[in-house]
Amino acid sequence: MEAADTREHYLNADYGVKSWLLTTDHKRIGLLYLISITLMFLLGSMFAVLIRLELLTPGGDLVQADTYNRLFTMHGIVMIFFFLVPSIPAVFGNFLVPIMIGARDLAFPRLNLLSWYVFMVGAAFTLWAVITGGVDTGWTFYTPYSTTASHSQVLWTAIGIFITGFSSILTGLNFIVTIHRMRAPGMTWMRLPLFIWAQYATSLIMVLGTPVLAITVFMLFLERVLGLGIFDPALGGDPILFQHLFWFYSHPAVYIMVLPSMGVVSEVITCFARKQIYGYKFVAISSLAIALLGFLVWGHHMFTSTQSVYTALVFSVLSFAVAIPSAVKVFNWTATLYKGAVTFEAPMLFAMGFIGLFTIGGLTGLFLASLGLDVHVHDTYFVVAHFHYIMVGGALMGYLGAVHFWWPKLFGRMYSEWAARVAAVLVFLGFNLTFFPQFVLGYLGMPRRYHVYPEEFQVLNVMSTLGASILGLGYMIPLVYLTWSLSRGPRAGANPWHAAGLEWTTPSPPPTENFETVPVVTEEPYSYPISEAEAV
Amino acid sequence: MSKFPLFPEAASTMAGQVDLLYTFLVSLSLVLSVGIAATLIMFAVRYRRRADGQVGDKVKSSTALELTWSLIPLGVSMFIFAWAAQIYVAMARPPDDAHEIFVVGKQWMWKLQHLEGRREINELHVPVGQPIKLTMTSEDVIHSFYVPAFRVKADVVPGRYNTLWFEATEVGSYHLFCAEYCGTEHSQMIGSVHVMEQADFQAWLSGGSSVAAMAATVEEDGAALFQSLGCATCHKDAPGAFGPSLVGIYGEEVRFADGTSQVVDDSYLRESILDPTTRLVAGYQPLMPTFRGQVDEEKLLRLVQYIKSLSEEGAVADAAGH
Repeated sequence: MEAADTREHYLNADYGVKSWLLTTDHKRIGLLYLISITLMFLLGSMFAVLIRLELLTPGGDLVQADTYNRLFTMHGIVMIFFFLVPSIPAVFGNFLVPIMIGARDLAFPRLNLLSWYVFMVGAAFTLWAVITGGVDTGWTFYTPYSTTASHSQVLWTAIGIFITGFSSILTGLNFIVTIHRMRAPGMTWMRLPLFIWAQYATSLIMVLGTPVLAITVFMLFLERVLGLGIFDPALGGDPILFQHLFWFYSHPAVYIMVLPSMGVVSEVITCFARKQIYGYKFVAISSLAIALLGFLVWGHHMFTSTQSVYTALVFSVLSFAVAIPSAVKVFNWTATLYKGAVTFEAPMLFAMGFIGLFTIGGLTGLFLASLGLDVHVHDTYFVVAHFHYIMVGGALMGYLGAVHFWWPKLFGRMYSEWAARVAAVLVFLGFNLTFFPQFVLGYLGMPRRYHVYPEEFQVLNVMSTLGASILGLGYMIPLVYLTWSLSRGPRAGANPWHAAGLEWTTPSPPPTENFETVPVVTEEPYSYPISEAEAV
Repeated sequence: MSKFPLFPEAASTMAGQVDLLYTFLVSLSLVLSVGIAATLIMFAVRYRRRADGQVGDKVKSSTALELTWSLIPLGVSMFIFAWAAQIYVAMARPPDDAHEIFVVGKQWMWKLQHLEGRREINELHVPVGQPIKLTMTSEDVIHSFYVPAFRVKADVVPGRYNTLWFEATEVGSYHLFCAEYCGTEHSQMIGSVHVMEQADFQAWLSGGSSVAAMAATVEEDGAALFQSLGCATCHKDAPGAFGPSLVGIYGEEVRFADGTSQVVDDSYLRESILDPTTRLVAGYQPLMPTFRGQVDEEKLLRLVQYIKSLSEEGAVADAAGH
């Protein structure tokens, strides 16, 4: 086996800092993102740790109110814009989109490298804001607080988010063109892996939605710096206009975060059940349906904001409709296991965890779409619990599933399977203990973004903090065994999971050009059993 | 109250309806999530791989099944939509006999004013069994008026009036929270709503301290402002006045110079004091200066209340008699 090491692949094809910083290889760029967003995740987690510690007691005894407000704001901004939005697309989309469709690289390799630099410049501005005092507006930047009242580093943060948005747009554009133009012979649309369908739907949202965020942030900039009256009523503006524009991007952004994870789950479930996905077309089309409907529901964030009753009714009914394609996916994943041949390696545990947590997240979304009920739970911990179930229970669980599933492909090494299973179970249990009590807190009426709170809410907050420490442990363990695997892990071989899919037909790690000869696709995706030649 | 409550206190006519819908949704979610989890685990265990190299059976997807599990959830969710919408519509429509109270939010306190004159900060006294309508605005950033025990909440937005109504059903004191993040002391922008028996409330309203007893009503305060700010000079109820008469206009349609028209409401009156030329009444010159900066939100509410009082039956009759 060790002899295989002499083979040339994308990791050892070239050495030196320059070969990484100027690379146009989609796989290397994927790794650049992996390192960048892991650091951002650690930063965002540190803020979360301080938030949970502060909330252990009803009084404000660990940090001051202004500090607390900066902590939850920066936790949200770092985790959403600099971890979750790029996470799966920028790391695994970059690495896998060309390989899964049998292409040599993305359509625009240099644009791809530019995306990473744009991301880093945006991150630098935001980090500068953090270092020079932070920002305290909430990740939602509601006006007129953010434009006229806040004394924090709103500008630097806004510039950072503005710039980073272009990285999203460029990546989305690159994926769309690649998926349209660079599929291998025989790779028809109905033979595309579901991960590709998910990336395609996500890219559409990135390209269509992110410009609106950029425009909104720019208007915020104009009002804050030049005093142009757009949102502040004292200047003749309309503060609710900001909410419309902000959520026009930021609600679809939730799907930017969770759709890729759904793609991951489809890949993982089929592999470990050794079975064609149930209802391929429905799972594929539901991704597009989510992307489309996701653009029409932003007003459900504003049911208490003076929006007219009729507007609210329309947004409510559409919000119920967007739940259907998500439910269809869950049912199809479950049905895929029927008459399968199931095993429970770590990626499968993460995928099953995703289904459970996403189901709860989705169902509680119905509570919030319900007009008369939303009035009570809006802006309480019920909302906090709900979106963490979607974005952490869903998106992050899927990301961890992807990390464990494709790690052997990225680095050609296996990690410790039992340690990974322990991590998966800890993350699942810790997550539930952290966020389930917050549903109860929310219904009891505890508003979000509260530095101090009435004593009757303490027990549930203590439970939540306890859960967060288990969750934190669950996140730390993979950092250790994955790092260990890079040098000490057993060699993986081309297809350690005996999975179907083009990415498993090329050696691990793949050669720079991905495939020695251009693959020709003759089968539906997930055609098990795979031929023995592929199962090396 | 149990040691580990799952529901907040229920003290308004809305609370029961909201709790019932919530209970239904919790039950539905339990059935569905437990059902899905159980099926997933059952399949995973029942069809676990028993030998290396074993693969799953070919199972053909059924379009009928796909449609079934798309359309049934769609039907159920439309049912929930209609149920929840009906509660929301009821929340949005205050009963005609609702008693009005003014609320002004500012960083970081609630200022409340009863029409009869009593003013409060971070405390609100209301009678039990009487619909109360709050007309609310903000001096600075967005706040949100939230009373969990009543299951009602409405954002308090600068530059416009928002309303919220409730009818308390249980005597007691309940949390009042600011639910929209508003800066440093957001979590201290809290207070209490005290629900009192009708008789106790009347006593509280008219007495308590001697200061309260001497306080003028909102309408009287508004009338005084109307004189001191010079409004009365032009807005005379007489032919040839520089400004349109304000008697009897509230709730009536008014035509503007640009040909459009609308029914006069609180928001229009507020706007006309701050930006008089935005919607100029047809037949009048844009002579009125803005009062922006001269009158804060609390004074605006008093002026608006006074102008409204000019449209009550007695006032119109008085004017007609002159």
